[in-house]
Amino acid sequence: MEKKKLTIGVTGLNNIDSPGPGVPVIRGIKDSGLDVRIIGLAYENLEPGIYMPGLVDKTYLMPFPSSGSEAFLERLDYINEKEQLDIIIPNFDSELYLFIKFSGKLLEMGIHTFLPSLEQFEERHKDNLPEFAEKYHITVPESKALMNSDELANLPKPLSYPYYIKGKFYEAFKVSNHNQALYYFNKLSAKWGFPVIVQQAIHGTEVNVIALGDGEGNTVAAVAMRKQYITDKGKAWGGITISDERLLEITHNIIKETKWRGGMELEMIKTDDGEYHLIEINPRIPAWVYLAVGAGQNIPEMLCRLAMGEKVKPVTEYESGKMFIRYSWDLIGDIADFEKIIIFGEL
Amino acid sequence: MSKLNSLAISDNGFIFKPSTGESFTTNEMGLFIIQLLKENKSGEEIINAIMEDFEVDKITAGRDLYEYLDFLKREQMMD
Repeated sequence: MEKKKLTIGVTGLNNIDSPGPGVPVIRGIKDSGLDVRIIGLAYENLEPGIYMPGLVDKTYLMPFPSSGSEAFLERLDYINEKEQLDIIIPNFDSELYLFIKFSGKLLEMGIHTFLPSLEQFEERHKDNLPEFAEKYHITVPESKALMNSDELANLPKPLSYPYYIKGKFYEAFKVSNHNQALYYFNKLSAKWGFPVIVQQAIHGTEVNVIALGDGEGNTVAAVAMRKQYITDKGKAWGGITISDERLLEITHNIIKETKWRGGMELEMIKTDDGEYHLIEINPRIPAWVYLAVGAGQNIPEMLCRLAMGEKVKPVTEYESGKMFIRYSWDLIGDIADFEKIIIFGEL
Repeated sequence: MSKLNSLAISDNGFIFKPSTGESFTTNEMGLFIIQLLKENKSGEEIINAIMEDFEVDKITAGRDLYEYLDFLKREQMMD
């Protein structure tokens, strides 16, 4: 890569109890040898990443993805005119469709991304997981995508309590009876739309992998982690890198078979019998990415290099036993900064 | 690498199992047994070593060893 200053737009600056990956992605990039200017792209006025000292050089508010592609492109065009973006790293599931769909248009504007194809993105959706598993020979828990709450009363065997009710994009709740199931079905469908997914609960330990595929079937980076502390939202508040050969082998196979392009997170349950059940594939870098950086694989840096067309040598080594522990921290801000974001949509 | 050799064990008796991320604590006796197991000592040799180092009789040493082996196997820390 030529030694020029890269201007990188990053979303997901909401570093709250269900944190977005933006802040750790930026930390990874800043730890690398890349000369960068970081542009925060925020959806809410109070995303902490906007105000964290030394994190972003400038932040722009973005229209919500639900506002449609016209507003999205118009805003990016405005930001790009001001900043001449080289790369954008989107970090929200709900915005990925737009970024993938318009990746060609973004490239015409000089903005590089490194994202899965629309086909890759669609086929690993929660509601497509059984088909995905069959195609790529992976074990997944029994699941069904529902469009109507009446279907809760007639779930196909062997689906039985307890099971998880999952929102289309985010959130999952374990339920043990019909009333609970109905309550969460309504809550999740109202928040994230349809379908709502029912997935059999599997007893075991949750283990996750963060990985980066080069789009040609090669796993450029992969780090496995076990959650040590899980919040009531199911988010890892502490975790530790593990050296699980089978888990990494499954990851390499999925990336090889799908020719995955970009960052991803595999969420799996390892049973006491040593079996692995895939419960979810997130088509982006997860919020615990900085653990991978700390363990020796700077995935945000590698993603930037791939986005700029550089060949990146796969990294297989990392240190097991590296831990992360999240914490909250009260930033003291100035009303003038908040005013700028509210009035001008940029800071 | 055997399961036992893959463990990260500190002198303080902290055991980290890299394959699962689990951690355990052990006492001086546990550390002593693990060390001898890693050196491929036989059960008889380990019992004799426990008798000598911890000044206990053969029945106590044997019980300590087999209880600890049960623990290691239960937690899948040895093959």
